[in-house]
Amino acid sequence: MIRAANSWVREQLEGLGQYALLCLEALRSIFIRPQPSQGLLYQLYFIGVKTQSVVLITGAFTGMVLCVQTFIQFHKVKMDTATLAVVSVSMGSELGPVLTALMVAGRVGAAMAAELGTMRVTEQIDALRTLATHPVDYLMAPRVLATVLAMPLLTAEAIAVGIAAGFGVGVGLLGIDAAYAWHHMLRYTDMEDMIIGLTKSLVFGAIVSTISCYKGMNCREGAEGVGRATTEAVVASSIAVLMSNFFLTRFLTQLFYGV
Amino acid sequence: MIEARDLRKSFGPLRVLDGVDLLIEKGEAVVIIGRSGGGKSILLKHLIGLLRPDAGEVLIEGRNITQMSERELLQVRRKFGMLFQGAALFDSLTVAENVGFALRRQGGLTEKEIAQQVAEALEMVDLAGTEAKKPAELSGGMRKRVGLARAIIYRPQIVLYDEPTTGLDPIVADSIDQLILRVCERLTVTTVAVTHDMRSARRIGQRILMLHQGRIYTSATPAELFASTDPIVSQFVQGVADPKDHGL
Repeated sequence: MIRAANSWVREQLEGLGQYALLCLEALRSIFIRPQPSQGLLYQLYFIGVKTQSVVLITGAFTGMVLCVQTFIQFHKVKMDTATLAVVSVSMGSELGPVLTALMVAGRVGAAMAAELGTMRVTEQIDALRTLATHPVDYLMAPRVLATVLAMPLLTAEAIAVGIAAGFGVGVGLLGIDAAYAWHHMLRYTDMEDMIIGLTKSLVFGAIVSTISCYKGMNCREGAEGVGRATTEAVVASSIAVLMSNFFLTRFLTQLFYGV
Repeated sequence: MIEARDLRKSFGPLRVLDGVDLLIEKGEAVVIIGRSGGGKSILLKHLIGLLRPDAGEVLIEGRNITQMSERELLQVRRKFGMLFQGAALFDSLTVAENVGFALRRQGGLTEKEIAQQVAEALEMVDLAGTEAKKPAELSGGMRKRVGLARAIIYRPQIVLYDEPTTGLDPIVADSIDQLILRVCERLTVTTVAVTHDMRSARRIGQRILMLHQGRIYTSATPAELFASTDPIVSQFVQGVADPKDHGL
């Protein structure tokens, strides 16, 4: 039992070390050995453009449900017009970046892990190495860079659509006064809330892409290995996003608000 | 040119290479034979630095590659071309993009020059005119030919073949063997092939090494090997199953 636990801990630590080295190699590759832009453009299209519909739907419905739930509570204390302020701050600093990251992990992270995993089990990654091409330069660097670049844009879209949808529901469905709602929203939403949200999205982009690439490039043999790598990529990315969100929130609120 | 000294590799409790020593001279055509799962492909991957040994050394032109970083190895691998067992073509690229991959990565050539060299390489493997096809549209034999064209387009000094005829019918297998000989003659490369196809080994190899229980058991010319009276060698050459293997 103790031996099994020891072996598990050792395996996890080894994995963490390999992941750290891979991230370091990807950083070097991005900043020291820039690759042709063709791969980056394709990844930007795949990650940025093709993920928009998922992110927009998530943002819109989250904003709508958040508005309804907040309104129910605020209505009890006659603070109906503050509802949209809560929606905009929550969407901007928390729900926008976190839900976008989870959606990207589900759609893009899974695809990355499956694609790289398949390349590994069919020896395509070994073939790259025999053709004097470092897999991190050719496969990982463009994916990580594209995700980090696309994530703030996707998050900004999710935030904007979420607030707009919340406003629509609040004013159109729940009968909140539009002028007061707008006024309070602007009054209680700071630029810092948006900066916090977008800063988080950059970190989440790096987390999702590096974990997914790591899982794909280290996947075990066979179809089962690819399937497992894909699942692990989504689960590990999602958990890492949720956990790091707490620490980022503490760090960024202290930085911007001093609390 | 290629030397392995006391090469050892285990995967968990399974010892695959148990002290392999070999020396392959420049321009030689060597075939490594052995039973399925016996470590032939693992040995081949050690020779090009795709796997690192637990112990021992691999020397390429006198330089020990087992201590090199992946970036240093990339430079050494420019001397090598490798044909993988399943060809390992890049699914998302066309035949022309696969074959011209190394040239495009190296840089220094115009698209027109790359296209011309791709066409020449494809012609050499009898696949002229297939540039626009995707790997999924090709048969097993065609995929191997494209893999070979990709491996030789940048004129390597050493070409490694991992089970070049596995999964092919005898006629296609024969054509692949002839292709390997043609590449060997025209490009004057050092050839190292691993196979358990004895017909193929006899045709390609000037020298045949037999890997048995993680070591090089014998090194002989094809004629010597086929005339061998050693029970282990003759059993393998004649393809006689050991009743113990089936629990009989």
